[in-house]
Amino acid sequence: MSTNKLDQLYRSVIMDHYKNPKNKGILEGGNVTIDMNNPTCGDVIHLTMNVEGDIVKDAKFEGEGCSISMASASMMTQMIKGKTTEEATKLAQTFSDMMLGKDLDESIDLDDLEALSGVAQFPARIKCATLSWKAMEKGISGESQ
Amino acid sequence: MLSKDIRNHFPILDQEINGHPLVYLDSAATSQKPIQVIEALDRYYRLDNSNVHRGVHTLGNRATDGYEGAREKVRKFINAKSTQEIIFMRGTTTALNTVAQGYGRANVAEGDEIVITHMEHHSNIIPWQQLAKETGAVLKYIDLEEDGTLSLEKVRETITNRTKIVSIMYVSNVLGTMNPIKEITKIAHEHGAIMCVDAAQAAPHLKLDVQKLDCDFLAFSGHKMCGPTGIGVLYGKKDLLNAMEPVEFGGEMIDFVGLYESTWKELPWKFEGGTPIIAGAIGLGAAIDFLEEIGLDAIEQHEHELAGYAMEKMSEIDGLTIYGPTDPGKRAGLVTFNLNDVHPHDVATVLDMNGIAVRAGHHCAQPLMKWLECSATARASFYLYNTTDDVDRLVEGLRTTKEYFNDVY
Repeated sequence: MSTNKLDQLYRSVIMDHYKNPKNKGILEGGNVTIDMNNPTCGDVIHLTMNVEGDIVKDAKFEGEGCSISMASASMMTQMIKGKTTEEATKLAQTFSDMMLGKDLDESIDLDDLEALSGVAQFPARIKCATLSWKAMEKGISGESQ
Repeated sequence: MLSKDIRNHFPILDQEINGHPLVYLDSAATSQKPIQVIEALDRYYRLDNSNVHRGVHTLGNRATDGYEGAREKVRKFINAKSTQEIIFMRGTTTALNTVAQGYGRANVAEGDEIVITHMEHHSNIIPWQQLAKETGAVLKYIDLEEDGTLSLEKVRETITNRTKIVSIMYVSNVLGTMNPIKEITKIAHEHGAIMCVDAAQAAPHLKLDVQKLDCDFLAFSGHKMCGPTGIGVLYGKKDLLNAMEPVEFGGEMIDFVGLYESTWKELPWKFEGGTPIIAGAIGLGAAIDFLEEIGLDAIEQHEHELAGYAMEKMSEIDGLTIYGPTDPGKRAGLVTFNLNDVHPHDVATVLDMNGIAVRAGHHCAQPLMKWLECSATARASFYLYNTTDDVDRLVEGLRTTKEYFNDVY
């Protein structure tokens, strides 16, 4: 088996987030709610955020999906907390670039997110990784429900 | 079991994927194509390509003969009374939409009922949802038994004298269930309803006989039965088709065209507006020749045996859940499953790394996924070129998957 390539995809950081997701649940008193799904595979995410002024104070997610999509959602909620909406949007763009295999802005601290870089080699799985980020961007850009 | 040599007719199977010989277990999504079909398409475009039903020239005659010859092959394949009842279309989806729009709009009124089941593919749900919305009709679902089969009692409870259309899949693309179409048709007819059959998963695998089933409409796709994509068939009883208005208007389907009024060609051409799917039909004809030479009964038997073998071997894996009827004799050649808490996408990725192609997701059956209470499943589907070796590779791959995720968890 091509274990090496698989190990690039399923790094232990990802599996940790999948097994023990951060910020799982629904944010009571959140002021931004987004539902998004991936119609080709059935992954769903329900994202709640509390955005005060231009600061993302808190974020939680509920959802169903594969290890990649759920781990990515866990990392995303962890990383955007306390950031400005502009910083969060920038992070989403950097993540999108990472999925497309583009050169990245090295000034941005990717932290755990770096572990998802292997997904770029699995084209069918890129949408899994980007679902929660798209939901977050949509929420921040004011298209909340 | 069929001979393993059948594989040799399928050039695509002779390749490595991620360093392993390809095991293709996604035929319910689309089948692979034998060299006979690939060559028929190649020959048509090299030697005979022309438009049909118009030219006086020789190529036009050859193309017309090829196209209409394919129609006769389809007629024989499903035992229709006449080639007038065989309409070429893009696929099952277009065929079912044609019934919903062409027959449904004219015959369904507010308060009437359309009956389908919880196991249907989206293509046999949404055309009826739309028709119900347009007409004010009620869309009713027949509930499933616990093992994913249909009981005739529940069929009888659901179909009433207000029911105008019953539309049900012959074979489930998720559960593998083979539905008692002949019996359901009888019940529908007793209530004055017409019976429409989604045969997308049946046509590739078992002998169809529309006269024996007595169904009013039946739809299937070429690409799931060794034929090309973009060609499918709508069968309809002649009197019903004659009474129906076309859904698409334009060239090829007209008799006389005036400034404000036009008339239509006879069946089947009045439903085939525009230049038809000539190469596709010829390719489908070649696929039918290929399947009939092997024999649909032998293919069905082969798949029952493979599914039985797969279910036996797969159920030895701890934590593996199989959906659908447990009796292999009651199901078609596919096994839908989940492995512990490993998500089906992750299962499919690890299997792909081992050269094994399976489907993961909701299989275009979201209402059924809800019924199964899961958001997604993995599916291995078999066809005439699959062998017990393929099943062994799958089982080995699943064990590897399980170990892999046990390690990383």
